[in-house]
Amino acid sequence: MLRALLLILSVVAIAHAELCKPDAQNAFKVRISIKTALGDNAYAWDANEEYLFKAMVAFAMRRYSSRSTTQISNVLLCNVTDRVSFWFVVTDSSKNVTTVPGSEVEAAIRMNRNRINNAFLLSDKTLQFLKITSTLSPPVEPSTPVWLIVFGVVLCLIVAGIVFLIVSGIQKHKKKNKGSTERENLEEKVEVTLENGIPCEALDLKAGHINGVFAADDDRFTSL
Amino acid sequence: LSATPETPKEDGRPKWDNKFQYILSCIGFAVGLGNVWRFPYLCQIHGGGAFLIPYFIALLFEGIPLLHLELALGQCLRKGSIGAWNTISPYIGGVGVGSWMVSVLVSLYYNTVLTWVMWYFINSFQEPLPWSVCPLNENRTGFNEECYESTAVNYFWYRKTLNITPDIAESGTFQWWLILCLAACWAIVYLCTIRGIETTGKAIYVTAIFPYLVLTIFLIQGLTLPGATEGLIYLFTPNLDTLKNPRVWLDAATQIFFSLSLAFGGLIAFASYNPTKNDCEKDAVTVAIVNSLTSLYASIPVFSVLGFKATTAYWDCLDRNIINIINEFDLPEESIMRQNYTSWISFLNSSYPEKIAGLKLKSCDLQEFLDQSVSGTGLAFIVFTQAIILMPGSQAWAILFFIMLFSLGLSSMFGNIEGVFTPLLELQIIPKSAPKELLSGIICLISFLIALCFTLGSGSYWIDIFDRYAGSVPLLVIAFFEVIGVVYIYKIKRFSEDVEWMTGRKLNLFWQITWRFISPLLLLIVFMAFVTLQIQKPPSYTAWNPKYEGFPMKEEKVYPPWVQAICVLLAALPCVCIPLVALFHLVKQKCRSKEPSLVPPEVSSCQGANS
Repeated sequence: MLRALLLILSVVAIAHAELCKPDAQNAFKVRISIKTALGDNAYAWDANEEYLFKAMVAFAMRRYSSRSTTQISNVLLCNVTDRVSFWFVVTDSSKNVTTVPGSEVEAAIRMNRNRINNAFLLSDKTLQFLKITSTLSPPVEPSTPVWLIVFGVVLCLIVAGIVFLIVSGIQKHKKKNKGSTERENLEEKVEVTLENGIPCEALDLKAGHINGVFAADDDRFTSL
Repeated sequence: LSATPETPKEDGRPKWDNKFQYILSCIGFAVGLGNVWRFPYLCQIHGGGAFLIPYFIALLFEGIPLLHLELALGQCLRKGSIGAWNTISPYIGGVGVGSWMVSVLVSLYYNTVLTWVMWYFINSFQEPLPWSVCPLNENRTGFNEECYESTAVNYFWYRKTLNITPDIAESGTFQWWLILCLAACWAIVYLCTIRGIETTGKAIYVTAIFPYLVLTIFLIQGLTLPGATEGLIYLFTPNLDTLKNPRVWLDAATQIFFSLSLAFGGLIAFASYNPTKNDCEKDAVTVAIVNSLTSLYASIPVFSVLGFKATTAYWDCLDRNIINIINEFDLPEESIMRQNYTSWISFLNSSYPEKIAGLKLKSCDLQEFLDQSVSGTGLAFIVFTQAIILMPGSQAWAILFFIMLFSLGLSSMFGNIEGVFTPLLELQIIPKSAPKELLSGIICLISFLIALCFTLGSGSYWIDIFDRYAGSVPLLVIAFFEVIGVVYIYKIKRFSEDVEWMTGRKLNLFWQITWRFISPLLLLIVFMAFVTLQIQKPPSYTAWNPKYEGFPMKEEKVYPPWVQAICVLLAALPCVCIPLVALFHLVKQKCRSKEPSLVPPEVSSCQGANS
């Protein structure tokens, strides 16, 4: 009984070893750079982290429609190095000793890349699946380009400055002209002739030219 | 009738509010973009500290005497360039016309360089900076190909800013964003020069002093960056062997000459607004020394930043090699650091040479990165912008840097525009009753319309042509005839009496010797050497062509014949004014057949003009 069990286990182990090895069919290499990502807060890569990794891959496969029965035991890891890098492969839960096609694994990982990264506090660059390219996020572009807004502000300031200077120049010009005409009027008034301290215009009345006392008494003189 | 308070001088000529404004305007005119992006480059390629020797010799025997001559001339005759030279002698009036023409040509293309600075400035308000990331290609699987093969900063400069064509013969289309910025730049120039020196005198306080503030900030920041000391050591280590190369002396002489903005007529215009009793000798020495010290001062932050950039590039190269090795041999992270890289490499090379060879590691050499020297627009828009991305708080540094460049260029534009504006005002192109604002508006509008052709796809190639041909050879010719005209036609004896009257002390023997012999001789030698070097090989340019095999290297192309004809025209047009005007007056004199006299009338001297 025990011997049978051992035989089955060794067969399974050999089968697994056959399925998961570097450059095997449908196997992927993973490279993890924990110290680069986390610096002093880096954790050590041990068996528990490996278990989490298997769980995340199984989770990704389950979310991917046709593989909802994937178990953690279906994910096989091998060749773990100090780097940290390793190969993994996903076996088919329904059929024995076969691996899930690489394209399905790739699609599942891609769909859930963000969740997998976050589970390990890593990013696309520090948790690398070597054959799976990540889609690049589109750049965030606001509706109006920022530079147009800044340009509008600058142009408004400049135009305001020019208008201010032109208007003040016109005002100064007008004030200078008004100032010079006022001065001309003042000089004309100064040129008015004076007689006995009284301006002639004020004297321009008939009452000043003709003395009514003498003119009215024309009858007293005998006519010649 | 007493004079009105607005124009205290009897001849109604505007004047500076105070002496400081005048000095600042001259310094602002002289200190320009070349002090930041040409002098450090020349220092670097011509043996570092050793370059200062020919530079200061040229300053002493060529820069300061010519500067003194122009300032004294303008102050004495109180007219712009065309009026001043006509006053000295109608036969040499062509010198003034030539100066005026060069000022026009240079104003056109100089403001377009400011347009590029403004474009970068308004793009510096984004996070992340637009020249730090490559845009994605159409199906979002990777980056834009042109950007990926060169760098993001190159792509932003050549594609997003200039949208450059692969050949000068292909004009391309108008770049609307550049047209907008060009309009804004000419509007700023109009705003500041609207009433001549009344408005530029106020604006110069900001545009001339602000660059020094920013340079100081960059100096402090630059010295704290890693790798700054390597850059500075590299810059200033003197290599006295380079002095044996005549090219070094030629570059020093031309750098001093173009850096002081001589022969543009702008300095004559500035000095003409001075009271006649002003010490022009002290002014000239002050402006020249401040200009050279500014060049030196600017090269320190520039080279700190370049050293930082080279060091960062060197570390990146090392890091990339380290990652490749770690990935290949599956070694744990951080087992190879930059410090023990060389020992690891030698160990691995001895144990696994084939694997190491298979990795194709790039050799990283700090000296090689430091040797990559760039000048001109490449320094500002490619190298410096790349360094700014690496600094923390890059938006603030980018904004400061581009405002500084803009101020430097704007204060030089004031001098150029004044060189165009003052002679036109004196020639009374517009009726006297029309306001000055109208003339400056017309100048700015016409210049804007002509400069639109620099916003085409091939615009930057044309700006290079204008810079190389219109802004170089004619200036040397004009300066030579300026010295000859003052010394031999106006007669040095009369001129020294005028200067003595203005400064209040006898003219130093140094000025006599330099004006009479040394400066004209130096100018002649520099002109000959310059022209000889230019005609040695057919004029060529480097084009940015994404389809070139050696891309991202630029493709070396020769100018087509019609472009070469334009080059010759640009260089010859201002120079040919001099003999043309002389000939015109000679013919006029012969027709009138009165007594031909080359002796200028005695009334045109400083003492006679304003007593």
